[in-house]
Amino acid sequence: MAESPFKADIERVEKEYSEKMTPGAIVYLPGSSVINKTGSWRVFMPEFHKDKCVRCYLCYVYCPEPAIYLDEENYPVFDYDYCKGCGVCANECPTKAIVMVREKK
Amino acid sequence: MPIKKVMKANEAAAWAAKLAKPKVIAAFPITPSTLVPEKISEFIADGELDAEFIKVESEHSAISACVGASAAGVRTFTATASQGLALMHEILFIAAGMRLPIVIAVGNRSLSAPINIWNDWQDSISERDTGWIQFYAENNQEALDLIIAAYKAAEDERVLLPAMVGFDAFILTHTVEPVEIPDQEVVDEFLGEYVPKHAYVDPKRPITQGSLGFPAHYMETRYKVWEAMENAREVIKEVFDKFEKTFGRRYHIIEEYKTDDAEIVLVTMGSLAGTVKEFVDKKREEGVKIGAAKITVYRPFPIEEIRALAKKTKVLALLEKDISFSVGGAVFADTSRALINEKEKPIILDFILGLGGRDVTFQNLEEVVDIAKKALEEGVKEEVYWIGLRKEIL
Amino acid sequence: MAVRKPPITTREYWAPGHAACAGCGCAIALKLATKAFSEAMEEKYGDPNAFAIAQATGCMEVVSAVFPYTAWKVPWVHVAFENAAAAASGIDAAWKKLGYKGKILAIGGDGGTADIGIQALSGMLERWHNVVYLMYDNEAYMNTGIQRSSSTPYGAWTTTSPPGKYSIGEDKPKKWVALIAAAHQIPYAATASIGNPFDFVKKMKKAAKVDGPAFVQVHCTCPTGWKSPLEKSVEIARLAIETGIWPLFEIENGDFHNIKIQSPGGGAKVKREGGKVVAIEFKKPVEEYLKLQGRFKHLFKQPEAIQVMKEQIKAMWKVLGVDVILP
Repeated sequence: MAESPFKADIERVEKEYSEKMTPGAIVYLPGSSVINKTGSWRVFMPEFHKDKCVRCYLCYVYCPEPAIYLDEENYPVFDYDYCKGCGVCANECPTKAIVMVREKK
Repeated sequence: MPIKKVMKANEAAAWAAKLAKPKVIAAFPITPSTLVPEKISEFIADGELDAEFIKVESEHSAISACVGASAAGVRTFTATASQGLALMHEILFIAAGMRLPIVIAVGNRSLSAPINIWNDWQDSISERDTGWIQFYAENNQEALDLIIAAYKAAEDERVLLPAMVGFDAFILTHTVEPVEIPDQEVVDEFLGEYVPKHAYVDPKRPITQGSLGFPAHYMETRYKVWEAMENAREVIKEVFDKFEKTFGRRYHIIEEYKTDDAEIVLVTMGSLAGTVKEFVDKKREEGVKIGAAKITVYRPFPIEEIRALAKKTKVLALLEKDISFSVGGAVFADTSRALINEKEKPIILDFILGLGGRDVTFQNLEEVVDIAKKALEEGVKEEVYWIGLRKEIL
Repeated sequence: MAVRKPPITTREYWAPGHAACAGCGCAIALKLATKAFSEAMEEKYGDPNAFAIAQATGCMEVVSAVFPYTAWKVPWVHVAFENAAAAASGIDAAWKKLGYKGKILAIGGDGGTADIGIQALSGMLERWHNVVYLMYDNEAYMNTGIQRSSSTPYGAWTTTSPPGKYSIGEDKPKKWVALIAAAHQIPYAATASIGNPFDFVKKMKKAAKVDGPAFVQVHCTCPTGWKSPLEKSVEIARLAIETGIWPLFEIENGDFHNIKIQSPGGGAKVKREGGKVVAIEFKKPVEEYLKLQGRFKHLFKQPEAIQVMKEQIKAMWKVLGVDVILP
């Protein structure tokens, strides 16, 4: 299974995240926003149909979060911890390999 | 060996900057401070100072560039006055909040309107709540020395706050006096290199500076600035001690002059202290028990020192070149805060004078003493007096 | 089937968990800009991380750096609204003295760039700092709740340009900061769009690699402020290019006689003379772009306003030396 490029950040933030005041409110943990699981915002979720995917990378290029990364074969992996469900990936997918479906909660 | 040169306070400030070796300087011309960046340009042109001088398009960008450079972890310097400092106002808060020990030389000048290029302290006094340490120099030597001391205090890890050093427009900025220039090696030894542990812009250690503080965190950041300013009290004393050991000149948070048996103490700042001390000598010869006190460090406000001074005297007469409308001078408000809960305290009177370059004469000071005496004998009728006002043209 | 390599580095400098709205076009721009910068720095200095960001107050600042967390994985400094270019100047100067190799990326929205920050921007460009200024142009003050800026296009609804009995919405044409930046005769100024991400990445890389200042103005959909469907953020930006609303161009060294115009696509016919684009006949009507956005909804009741807009678009292209025909 492919790993999120933010795996190290997620592990680090779980260990080191602190509200302790720093001089000038400087944030010393790069990428620590990963603590916010923005997937909870989602109303529609992208459903991926690998059989239709031509690995054009457009979804990967466009995702604003980014909540799409690539697996070992360069297929997109959807990170539902962060995907806000905007649907840009599905809208731009030239082969309709991504379909937005109502979130099952 | 230190050398003596005859120079203006602006040149002394440029020399101080040269000796402190800031890596980045950003400045914009403004009367009466323009000579500072001019002199620095000469130093750089002659290869005597190795710094990046950013010739910015405004004071707002001058301080913003200093914030950027200081955030990147280097020593920075700028000089300004009056409207220029006022234009920096927004970023002054940010420099303090981001805990960046930038140093500004301020040629203390009035604020418009009407536009006026001459001396008073309204510019830097108006910045007293920004979180900057403030020093006021009495003469050109002090301008040089206090800038070097300012770096030492500002960069101390217990402090990490920016600092401004004020010296009076024209009275000092454009007046020549002999100034001793310390040896570079001695200054190097005194200041050391600035290598901050907290702030840097280094791709190897990516950090985020200038974050957004929600209500859950903002107040603590302000408290941290308060704490740093409190720490600055002790740090500045240490710096002044070390300064004396290193350079042989003694500085005090408040410098007292003939205060031990004084019934009236004239408290002031900047170059006016010189005039006041002379006046005290004259009155002493006449048998009047008066003294003087000069506030060298205005932020952090010297609360303990004011209390100690208050114990010695019956009237504190504050001579101020600034005004907070409907209240009086800023030093008056601050002094009142220092003494408000003291069981015994002297009468505190506030005298607004010398605004926009109005001369402060011995005759003005006689008037101050007369009012102080009268208050002592008959009780306080008014707290705030405008001295030297041309009532005939009002 | 042979698989192509990913078209852009998989290194990440913009982490998820930031608070940008779903479908935010500016977030797409920042993600791509940092990736492009990384590639450029790797190619130029052998170090993909040799850059830092100075960012103006605005949407992308408040969503990305909320104490005690940050979305940034690159050194990042925010000072205030109007001074990203000045702060970047300071960092650039400090890096020179520290001997760091690399480039500073200054980022501001259209308000922080076209309006309150234009003085600091002009100063930075004129002083020839080694800074790329990226203006993410979502065409209004979105962070404060959608007020018009000088970059708001003609006809657009904003909270301070509401259409009404005596108003068609914003009544001034858009100010093109890329042209103002180019007039400083800086090595590189360009417009780009998230609607053509590969062109944007190419331009960011070019900007990052020049010695001295560069400026890129990137069109970014704001679904919140434009009242547009979230999933259409890229499609709308693409339609802006295809209908002639958003020109893609590059100006090097302030050479206005040799503006490089990128083909808009969308079936537009491009006429070249001596390699230069001199005329474009667009095939997609601007209405296709307008109708997807609530901010232009009222214009469909006032078709004469759309005609005014079309005349302005033609005039803007004329400045670029291109005669256009709009359907």
